[in-house]
Amino acid sequence: MTLERHKYDVLVIGAGGAGLRAAVEAREAGLKVAIICKSLFGKAHTVMAEGGAAASMGNANSNDNWQVHFRDTMRGGKFLNHYRMAELHAKESPDRIWELETWGALFDRTKEGKISQRNFGGHEYPRLAHVGDRTGLELIRTMQQRIVALQQKDARDHGSAESFIKVFAELTITDILKENGKVAGAYGYYRETGADVLFEAPAVVIATGGVGKTFKITSNSWEGTGDGHALALKAGASLKDMEFLQFHPTGMVWPPSVRGILVTESVRGEGGILTNSLGERFMFKYIPDVFKDKYADNEEEADRWYTDQDNNRRPPELLPRDEVARAINSEVKAGRGTEHGGVFLDVSKRISAEIIKKRLPSMWHQFYELAGVDITKEAMEVGPTCHYVMGGVDVEPDNAAAIGVPGLFAAGEVAGGMHGSNRLGGNSLSDLLVFGRRAGMGAAEYVKSNGDNPVSQSTIDAASARIEAPFKRSGGENPYALHQELQEVTHNLVGIIRTKSELDEAIVKIADIRRRSADVTVAGDRKFNPGFHLAFDLDNMLLVAESSAKSAVLREESRGGHTRDDFPGMNSEWRQVNHIASFDGVQVNVQKKALPVLPKELFDLFDPHELEKYMTPEEMSKGGSN
Amino acid sequence: MARKLKLRIWRGDSTSGGLKDVTVDVNDGEVVLDVIHRVQAEQMGDLAVRWNCKAGKCGSCSMEINGKPRLACMTQCASFGEEETITITPLRAFPVIKDLVTDVSFNYKKAMEIPAYEHPKNLAPGEARMEQIDVERSQEFRKCIECFLCQDVCHVVRDHEENKKSFAGPRFFIRIAELDMHPLDMLKNRKKTAQEEHGLGMCNITKCCTEVCPEHIRITDNAIIPMKERVADQKYDPVRWLGSKIRKREGIL
Repeated sequence: MTLERHKYDVLVIGAGGAGLRAAVEAREAGLKVAIICKSLFGKAHTVMAEGGAAASMGNANSNDNWQVHFRDTMRGGKFLNHYRMAELHAKESPDRIWELETWGALFDRTKEGKISQRNFGGHEYPRLAHVGDRTGLELIRTMQQRIVALQQKDARDHGSAESFIKVFAELTITDILKENGKVAGAYGYYRETGADVLFEAPAVVIATGGVGKTFKITSNSWEGTGDGHALALKAGASLKDMEFLQFHPTGMVWPPSVRGILVTESVRGEGGILTNSLGERFMFKYIPDVFKDKYADNEEEADRWYTDQDNNRRPPELLPRDEVARAINSEVKAGRGTEHGGVFLDVSKRISAEIIKKRLPSMWHQFYELAGVDITKEAMEVGPTCHYVMGGVDVEPDNAAAIGVPGLFAAGEVAGGMHGSNRLGGNSLSDLLVFGRRAGMGAAEYVKSNGDNPVSQSTIDAASARIEAPFKRSGGENPYALHQELQEVTHNLVGIIRTKSELDEAIVKIADIRRRSADVTVAGDRKFNPGFHLAFDLDNMLLVAESSAKSAVLREESRGGHTRDDFPGMNSEWRQVNHIASFDGVQVNVQKKALPVLPKELFDLFDPHELEKYMTPEEMSKGGSN
Repeated sequence: MARKLKLRIWRGDSTSGGLKDVTVDVNDGEVVLDVIHRVQAEQMGDLAVRWNCKAGKCGSCSMEINGKPRLACMTQCASFGEEETITITPLRAFPVIKDLVTDVSFNYKKAMEIPAYEHPKNLAPGEARMEQIDVERSQEFRKCIECFLCQDVCHVVRDHEENKKSFAGPRFFIRIAELDMHPLDMLKNRKKTAQEEHGLGMCNITKCCTEVCPEHIRITDNAIIPMKERVADQKYDPVRWLGSKIRKREGIL
C-alpha cells in the first residue's frame, strides 16, 4: 500500500478554539494549512466551555480595563504565571471577542445593545462575554464557520475550497517528525480506516487541549489524553509546571455515569450558594488571608453584593476555583458531605425559575435529563472534578514557539505559563483566541525564512513501525484495563491533596504501567478500532502522568492546583521556580528554572502590600526588573 | 444495584453486517452510551462508536435506539422495561463505516454550500449594537450541536439517496434561517436561495426533525415555516415583488 502524503506550510494539530484560530491566522497570512481533528470537525472539547470568555471590554462595568484583568489573572495564578502571557492576554482579549462578532457570533446583549458580561470567580468586574451557558459552542461554531467562509472564498478565487485550508477529520497524530534538528512534519493514522498518513510541513502548531482522561473523575471528553503534551515532549520540547492541575469545584457527583461532568461556575456567578449536609454555607470558613479584603465574611454582605457591587465584598462562593475545590474536599472529608459524596449547590433560592432557564439553560437540561433534578426547585449535588491542566508546553509568549524545537508552536490548554498555578474561569476561551492567533502568526513568520524540510525514509519507517506494533504483539494486556489502572493511581495518589509518600508511590506505579503498556495487544483490525486508538492515547497519558507526579513531588509547597498535605503553606521562594519536564527517550526528568521577573511597570500595577504576601523581601526591595 | 441488560447491537461495515446479541451489566442512572462502553471494555474491544462529551453538548453519539434517532449519552437505560431488549443501530440515512459509526460527510458538504455570514463593511469590531430580543431568534438556531439526528430522520433523504443532491436538510434550513434573521447579516435573498438552491420546497412539514432535536429547537415552526411563508409572499404578491425590485435598485434593501 502506498503511503498517503500531504504537503502544507503549516500543520495545526487540534481543531478546538486554539487550533482553528491559529489556522485562520495562518491562512490569512497566505499560507497552506492543514487542520487535524481527532474527532469530527466542530466536536472538540471547546464546545463544553459554558460560562464565557473573559475580556475587559468594560460593557457591564466601565471601570474594567486590561490592567484590572491582568491583576486578577496573576492573583488567580498565585503569581506563578508568565507575566508576559498574562499581559498579552489581558490586552488582546477584547479585540479577539469583537472579531468573533465580525464573523457572525451572537453574544448575549446588555441593555445598550453591547456584548453582555457576567460575573465569575476571581474576576473583579463582570467580564465574561457569554451566550447563555453555551459560550464554547458559540465560539467553536463561529470559528468553524469562519474556516468554511475562507474555504468558500478560496473556491471562488482559486478553484477549490481545499486549495489553502483542508480539514482532516478523525485523524490521530502519533509523531511529530524532525529533520536536521527542525520540525519537518507529522505522522499519524486515519481513525476510520487505520491507514497511515504523512504530513510534511516546516511548521506545526500543537493545539490539542488537555489531559483530563489521565484522571478517574474528569470533566474532559475522551479526547483529553494529553496527546500534544506527549508529542511535544517526544519531539524535544519541555513541559512547564505539570504539577498544576485544576480540579473544578463543581462537577456532577450523581448518578455515577455522569460523575465529573461540569456544572458551570456561572451557577455561582448567577447567585448559587454552596451548603453542606448541615445546611451551613461553609465557604465563609475558607477565605484565605490573601483574599480577605475582597470577599465578604458574612451572609448579609455577600447577599448585598449581587445588587450593590461597589459597596460590598464578593460572596466567597466566587473565590478562585482552587480555593473552592479544596473547601468542598475538606467538607466532604469531615463527614459533612451529601449522600453521594458532594455538597449542595443551590440557585433556586435566589433567582426565579424563568431566569434560571434563560441564563442556565443547558445546566437545567443536563440535571433534568441526566440526574432527574429540577434545578429551579432543588439543589444540585456537586464535587471536584479534574478539569484543566495549567502546565503545558514551555513556549515563547509572543509567538507561541515551543522552546527548544524550531518550527514547533503550541497554544491553548496544551501550552503552559499563561495561568500560573491556577486558571480563572473564563480565561481559557480568551486564551485560545489570543494565543491561537499568535501561534498562527508565529508559524507564518517562521515559514517565511524556513522552507521545506523533507522527511527522510528512515524517519517515516520508524513512525510507521510504531503504529503497526500493537497488532504484531500477542499475549499483552488490554489497553482499557491499563487505562483504568492509571486513572486509579492518579486519582488516589496525584489528586487534589498530595503527599510525598503517595507521589513516590505513584511514580513507581506509573513506571510499572508504562512498562506493561509496551506490550499491550489489541483485538480486531485497524478499521475504526477504539482499542487500537486507546493504545496510543494510553502512551500519551502515561507520559503526562509521569510529568505531573515527578513535578509534584519536587514542589514542596501548596499553591493553586497543587496542594501538599505535608507542605500546606505557600512559599515565596517556590514562587520563583518553574518546573521544566523533559523526556530522554526512557523517562521524564524534571528540573528547576527561574520564573521570569515581573518588569517594573507591571510590578507597579499592584499594591505593594498585596505583593508582599507572595514575594520575598528581596524581590520586594528590587521592585521588579527594568 | 447492577442488573443485566439485553442489547442487540448492529456490527459490520459497508459490505455486510447484522445484529449481535449481548448481555451487559447496567447500574442505576446509566445511559445507553455507558453500557456500550462497558461492552467495548469487556466484550468487544473493537466495537466502533463515536462519542465525545457525554453530556449532550457535542452531538457525536448519534445512533438509532429501538429505531429512533437519539443521542446515546442522553438516553437513560431506565427508560426501557426490565425485560426489554434494546436494539442499537447506526444512523440509517448515512453510509455505514463500521458498527455504529456512519459517514456523515454529506452534512459537511452541505455546510460548504450555504453562503457565509456577511458583516456590514463599515461596522468596525466592537461597534455592533443589537437588542437581546433580536439576537434571540438566531440564537435558538445556534444552539444546534450538529448531531445530524434531524438530517437522519428526515424522510426526504432517509430512504431517498437521490434527493440528497438537491436537499440541504433541516440542520441547514436552520442555518439559513439563523443567517436570515441575524440582525447584521448583509447577504440578501437567503430565503429565496433556500427555496431554489437548497431544497426548502421539498420539505412537507411533517415535523419529524423537531421531534428528534435534542436541543428542542423548533426547527419546523420557527425556521422552516416562516421561511416558506415569506418565500410564498414574495413569489406571489406582485406589490411586494415590485417593491423589492425597486428598493434593490436603489441599494436600500
